[in-house]
Amino acid sequence: MATLELQITDDIASSAPQGTRRLGLLFWAATGWLIFILAAAILAPLLPLPSPTDMDMLERRAPISALHWLGTDALGRDELARVVYGARISLTVGLFAPIIGLTIGGALGMLAGYFRGRFESFVVGSMDVLLAFPPLILALAVTAYLGQSILNLTCILGVLGIPAFMRVARASTLTLARREFVIAAQALGATHARILLRELLPNVALPLLAFFLLGVAVTIVVEGALSFLGLGVPPPISSWGSMIGEGRESLEIAPQLAFIPAIAMFLTVLAFNLVGDTLRALTDPRQGAL
Amino acid sequence: MMHGNATTAARDPLLKVDNLVVEYPIGTRTIHAVSDVSLAISRGETLGLVGESGCGKSTLGRAVLQLRRATSGRVLFDGENLTALQGDALRKMRPRMQLIFQDPIASLNPRRRIGDIVAEPLLIAGYKDAKKRQELVNEVLSAVGLDPAAVVSRLPHEFSGGQCQRICIARALVLNPEFIICDEPVSALDVSIRAQILNLLEEMKQRFGLTLLFIAHDLAVVKAVSDRVAVMYLGRLCEVGPSAQLFDTPAHPYTALLIEAIPVPDPEVRPAERVAVGEPPSPMAPPSGCRFRTRCPRADARCAAEVPELRSVAAGQYVACHHPLI
Amino acid sequence: MSGPALLSIEDVAVELPTARGNLRAVDHVDLALGPGQTLGIVGESGCGKTMLSRAILQLLPKKAKLSGRVIFDGQDLVRLKAEALRKLRARSIAVVFQDPMTSLNPVLTIGTQLIETLQEHLALDVAAARRRGVELLAAVGIPAPEQRLNQYPHQLSGGMRQRVAIAIALSCEPKLLIADEPTTALDVTIQAQILDLLAREQRRRHMAMILITHDLGVVAGRTDEVAVMYAGRVVERAPTRALFKNMQMPYTAALLAAIPKIDAAPHTPLAAIPGRPPDPTRPLKGCSFAPRCRYVSDQCLRGKPALTSAEAEGHSYACFHPLTIAAGVSA
Repeated sequence: MATLELQITDDIASSAPQGTRRLGLLFWAATGWLIFILAAAILAPLLPLPSPTDMDMLERRAPISALHWLGTDALGRDELARVVYGARISLTVGLFAPIIGLTIGGALGMLAGYFRGRFESFVVGSMDVLLAFPPLILALAVTAYLGQSILNLTCILGVLGIPAFMRVARASTLTLARREFVIAAQALGATHARILLRELLPNVALPLLAFFLLGVAVTIVVEGALSFLGLGVPPPISSWGSMIGEGRESLEIAPQLAFIPAIAMFLTVLAFNLVGDTLRALTDPRQGAL
Repeated sequence: MMHGNATTAARDPLLKVDNLVVEYPIGTRTIHAVSDVSLAISRGETLGLVGESGCGKSTLGRAVLQLRRATSGRVLFDGENLTALQGDALRKMRPRMQLIFQDPIASLNPRRRIGDIVAEPLLIAGYKDAKKRQELVNEVLSAVGLDPAAVVSRLPHEFSGGQCQRICIARALVLNPEFIICDEPVSALDVSIRAQILNLLEEMKQRFGLTLLFIAHDLAVVKAVSDRVAVMYLGRLCEVGPSAQLFDTPAHPYTALLIEAIPVPDPEVRPAERVAVGEPPSPMAPPSGCRFRTRCPRADARCAAEVPELRSVAAGQYVACHHPLI
Repeated sequence: MSGPALLSIEDVAVELPTARGNLRAVDHVDLALGPGQTLGIVGESGCGKTMLSRAILQLLPKKAKLSGRVIFDGQDLVRLKAEALRKLRARSIAVVFQDPMTSLNPVLTIGTQLIETLQEHLALDVAAARRRGVELLAAVGIPAPEQRLNQYPHQLSGGMRQRVAIAIALSCEPKLLIADEPTTALDVTIQAQILDLLAREQRRRHMAMILITHDLGVVAGRTDEVAVMYAGRVVERAPTRALFKNMQMPYTAALLAAIPKIDAAPHTPLAAIPGRPPDPTRPLKGCSFAPRCRYVSDQCLRGKPALTSAEAEGHSYACFHPLTIAAGVSA
């Protein structure tokens, strides 16, 4: 069967990445924000900020001033410092929980897509069972039983993310494992481990990475929602979500207490989404043109 | 089985396939991809395997290399029973037999550099010395007509189909194998490039002393490179014989049909008026007896009742037909 | 070709902007086709033959720039409005593509697709359209046509699907059928059947046909005139017999010589064409075939040869050093 590739349409396909250059400004702004917020979070103890836990009862709900750049909250704590320290919590959970999903889900997905058969049915089945659990109830049950802490929260959110990563990895692996270059590796006598790591992983990694960034965005929001409800990080540790929750009481007199952490969360989630989408657009045409 | 020996060439065969059967389930039904095929290839010979899509020739090629497990039957490579080997023992045999595919671009990992791809077989076989590896890679890339310096650090998508196929051939040759299965190696290439690659394969065969199993659906291509040709239809062999002889005097009606259907680039030759009738049946429900009988002008009751076995009709030519043409 | 041309392609050029530069897909092509005649367009991938067929149908990608005239039945298709074009497409010009799986909608039944076309362009009611659909399927050689109407494309074999595609193309009695590599994806025995079918229907309906292929064997017995394309230009054009008997352009001769012949002895070295097909984004100043041509000279590198007429009637070629010896059909 002769398949004569129209070189012309291939050229048109490979011009698709030009689209990402149009996103150029947005993409770099998003990356810039992410670098900024990550740096701020990591370097928080070294920054010349007032302590986020110092309560100043005389300066409660103070507006923006030279002393307090973003004002103070209902208990007189510096808002800017709270946002920065809140970033630490939100980003820690936001980054580490999807990493659990990425490593475990990604590995399971690749193995399932490669080996197929009963192993695959088992993995897919268990993921379906996991997905069937109402996530909020599961989170509540775990925190009620094991206690509220950042570690527990990260773990439970991580586990809940495994099925999604498994699906992405499996879908990618299924298409790739049937391509001739994998059969060629088998014909050379490569072990399964070698094929998975050296042939499949470099190709599956990019879509997984793109999905990971989107997962970070989602996790930040979910953690925020849980903390907002008081079910996330335990006080006095506060993430952006809990700050929004606390700000709810002062909505009429000092709405900025809820909006400032919300804006911070919004910008960060948007930035992760933009970077993730751009990466996905970059990886797809490459694979399509091949 | 006696008929398995019917296709054994006079010299000691490098590859011997005995009663190979490959069947696999699709849902509740079974695909009979390869049904009781026996053949033998001598050292240094090129056996062409020709047939249309769905005849099972690619499956046969993969089953011979144990990339797809046969349902029954055995494959002997230089005396060793490949079908009985597992794991490491099978892996040790692999450097001696290689495979070249139809789609050259999909045969290369899009994210690895050419140098790494061609060196991969050496790594798997345990060549520790990086310099030695590079030397062998450069040597084999030059042999296939590519400039190593210009090629090693680039990615597959930067090359054309013909060049990718050369790289695939280089990868297949780097471990100095004895036997190569070429599965439709030129079908996806432009006409003007096909001749280049076919010439290259012939040259490599002479230079490296290879034995080839050349699988294709294009009879002229198969005839150009093969010493003997086997014609396959719906999982069974119809005819086996020396190339020139088979095409000059085909014994099986299907072979004759294939030859008649080839478009000849000569306006004086009128295309044969009534060429083929109907379509090949599905491999899930092959006809009883002779599988070609539904399209054969010479079919009768015996063809439906009895499966024809390969038997000799002329010197070196074997046909599986109750009413052969010679 | 006697009488006025049904289709006249005049100085058509198609340019595509791509990431790698401006691509000259079709480079000033002139062709003509009379009613009931068959024109074969032969070329390899990237030669522009598919883009040319799209240019005729005005189905080019949005970014493409088209210049020149495409006169069909007296009207210039390039200037025609979208609505008029749409009406023209099924009723007067029809297309059959290479891959019937992608040219047929996989989620609609054969019947729906066939009947839709009939209703749209012939204004038939459902019952009449259905009857006509069954007639058409029978005419293209599909057994049990009534059952087939309710089947989906994936339930049919490649050859069957291509017959359905042909039935849909013929349903509105077009004056011109463009067959773009109609048999490339099919087995050789099915290929012969499909080509026979096309020839038969063409004779019956007195329909003109453009047969686009990479296979010189396919055009040899089934066309009246052949145009050979390379790098977007027509490099040789002649009545079929004259072309094969007396090839002028070295590329055509080389293409013929590179095909393995069934009557050649095994292990005869093939006359390969060295080098690679041209890169459409990097056009050369001189003749596009120069890097691969045996007869290349300085003149070939300096400028492109224009299409000149040979002494034989209707035979033209684009070469500074045409082959004066008859390359012909050698074993």
